[in-house]
Amino acid sequence: MKWGVVRFPGSLDDNDSLWALNEVMGQEAAILWHKDTSLQGARCVLLPGGFSYGDYLRCGAIARFSPIMESVAKFAADGGLVIGTCNGFQVLCEAHLLPGVLTRNRTLSFICDRVHVRVENARTPFTRAMRQGEVLTLPIKHGEGRYVAPESELRQMEERGQILLRYVDAEGRETDDANPNGAMHAIAGVANDRFNVFGLMPHPEHAVEAMLGGEDGLKIFRSIVESAG
Amino acid sequence: MLIKVFVTPRKGILDPQGRAVEHSLKSLGFKGVSGVKIGKYIVLEVAAKSAADARDQAHKMCERLLANPLIEDYTFEVEGE
Repeated sequence: MKWGVVRFPGSLDDNDSLWALNEVMGQEAAILWHKDTSLQGARCVLLPGGFSYGDYLRCGAIARFSPIMESVAKFAADGGLVIGTCNGFQVLCEAHLLPGVLTRNRTLSFICDRVHVRVENARTPFTRAMRQGEVLTLPIKHGEGRYVAPESELRQMEERGQILLRYVDAEGRETDDANPNGAMHAIAGVANDRFNVFGLMPHPEHAVEAMLGGEDGLKIFRSIVESAG
Repeated sequence: MLIKVFVTPRKGILDPQGRAVEHSLKSLGFKGVSGVKIGKYIVLEVAAKSAADARDQAHKMCERLLANPLIEDYTFEVEGE
């Protein structure tokens, strides 16, 4: 299946995403340059982590206006699958392709760690290869990952099942200690209300080989391939 | 024309920077301090036909890029108005 991995100035995880998709998953992923407008026939577009445009002003705020994002927005409006990890999640929120926004971690510190997230809705194109309630172990590395949205909107998102991943402890329990950044409702990943756009702070592309600490990230990519392939 | 834009965290939105600074000020002995918020101060020049035109442009800039209304409030001043 064809994938497009967007490269903004300041993207960091674009090469790791290519590695995960091409070398590990045997997919056909190519870089999409931020100044281009063609998605090169991609069935899924991935916005990688990093510090696009230096994260100036607000993270994701400037990347949102790059030429490729116009094409990504149109692709999403037509039902195309889009996934954003970390900075990619921030860009999707700023572009209003996802609700809410990511803000400074409550500790004010940059967090580089491995976390547990629970699959809250396994009936989406991004989670269908998982079990409902399954606990995944994934790495995080961010300074601005605290998900914020108006409480009224969060209630609707919960009802519609748009919360796909929530921070939990190793046993799958939601505790304050298990929430690394203070995200509202312990949200680690959300989808739009059509379930074709997904953003998450953890990095599935860094969790695709047992040798490097885990393969749970593959479950997300496999779900997408099952859905679109 | 010179425009000064002030962006601050919205009321009710957790501002960990503001909280940390407030805590620090209190520990320095400024006991009466409360409601500390850390925001951004943006200065820019714009070609405008009038102060009203400059205000209109500033408003659009804030709405589209300079502030995120989900978490931030903004005000601005047009110099010489």
